[in-house]
Amino acid sequence: MHEMSITRSMLEIARREMEVNGIHALRKLKVRIGELTAVEPDTLKFCFDVAIKGTPFQGAVLEIEEVPLGGRCRVCGGEVRITAFDNRCPKCGSTDIERVSGHELDIISMEGD
Amino acid sequence: MHEILIEEKILARNDEIAAENRLALSSRGIYSVNLVSSPGAGKTSLIESMTQHLKDLAVSFAVVEGDLEGDFDAKRVESRGVPALQITTGRACHLDAHQICHSLPWVYGHEGLELLIIENVGNMVCPAEYDLGEDAMITIMSTAEGDDKPLKYPAIFSASELLVINKTDLAPYTDFDIKKARENALKVNPYLKIFETSCRTGDGIKEFAGYLAALTKSKMK
Ligand SMILES: Nc1nc2c(ncn2[C@@H]2O[C@H](COP(=O)(O)OP(=O)(O)OP(=O)(O)O)[C@@H](O)[C@H]2O)c(=O)[nH]1
Ligand SMILES: [Mg+2]
Ligand SMILES: [Zn+2]
Repeated sequence: MHEMSITRSMLEIARREMEVNGIHALRKLKVRIGELTAVEPDTLKFCFDVAIKGTPFQGAVLEIEEVPLGGRCRVCGGEVRITAFDNRCPKCGSTDIERVSGHELDIISMEGD
Repeated sequence: MHEILIEEKILARNDEIAAENRLALSSRGIYSVNLVSSPGAGKTSLIESMTQHLKDLAVSFAVVEGDLEGDFDAKRVESRGVPALQITTGRACHLDAHQICHSLPWVYGHEGLELLIIENVGNMVCPAEYDLGEDAMITIMSTAEGDDKPLKYPAIFSASELLVINKTDLAPYTDFDIKKARENALKVNPYLKIFETSCRTGDGIKEFAGYLAALTKSKMK
């Protein structure tokens, strides 16, 4: 279960940003998780809650923004929601789709005092 | 209390180290691959089966083995006369760039090395997000699993350059449909180059080893 390693990496970044910004108590961490990453949002939340117990992060909330797998049609430029990997542009029927979202694994922001 | 914008990749640190590994290996003319699969699909067997072919093609190679525990796989490879280093990850279900970084001095200790094969921990989920600095990720799926694996574990197939469908000798005894597996894999990743092998009969091994040798030789200058 690599969600624990992912959590550790998130908290490392949070610790650094808290120091830089003079924050003592973390309230919220906002992250962006793409559909095509190997990260399960519920598992990540669980790991986060376990990892912050008894640490300076205790009480912080993890907010996850999930990003669907999306593409852009190379023929007509239209946006395509990719489901079950059937890549077909709903407008022109082309299968030449460029993947544009779904790979995200980012920290967006944090809140604290 | 206000919102502080961070906007950073969670695995930025791993990606940085991976980029350093890639640069360091490239500058020495070493081609590297990251072998991933579910436990037991045949990563170590494929390395064993390819050994003689790679030697015949005069490719000098070494293996870094990632496992949760033990050095069984490194011993298997070593017994074929191939240098192997075992990394045990403890509880981590994947190798990361930092562990590979620590293995590089060992790698460089082998004069004239051309190819580094990294066998990742047997796991189809976790290694997908961890760039090691390899030139190509190779997913192995076996006919003892399901031909719908690519649709169930899309992240790993999407991150790979090559796919090996192994244990083709067992296909007649299962309901695994090789054509269907290929279609599913290409749905997830249209750029995949696909090979079929059997480490039991040796079918397809020479072709795959030859392709790997060609990639290796094209990297060196
Ligand atoms: N019939 C058949 N058996 C195979 C083939 N390739 C591997 N095996 C068997 O499958 C089992 C697992 O093979 P390994 O090479 O150890 O698999 P692995 O992916 O390295 O396993 P882990 O490192 O534990 O994840 C062994 O018993 C092999 O003999 C094949 O092509 N055909
Ligand atoms: Mg193995
Ligand atoms: Zn279109």
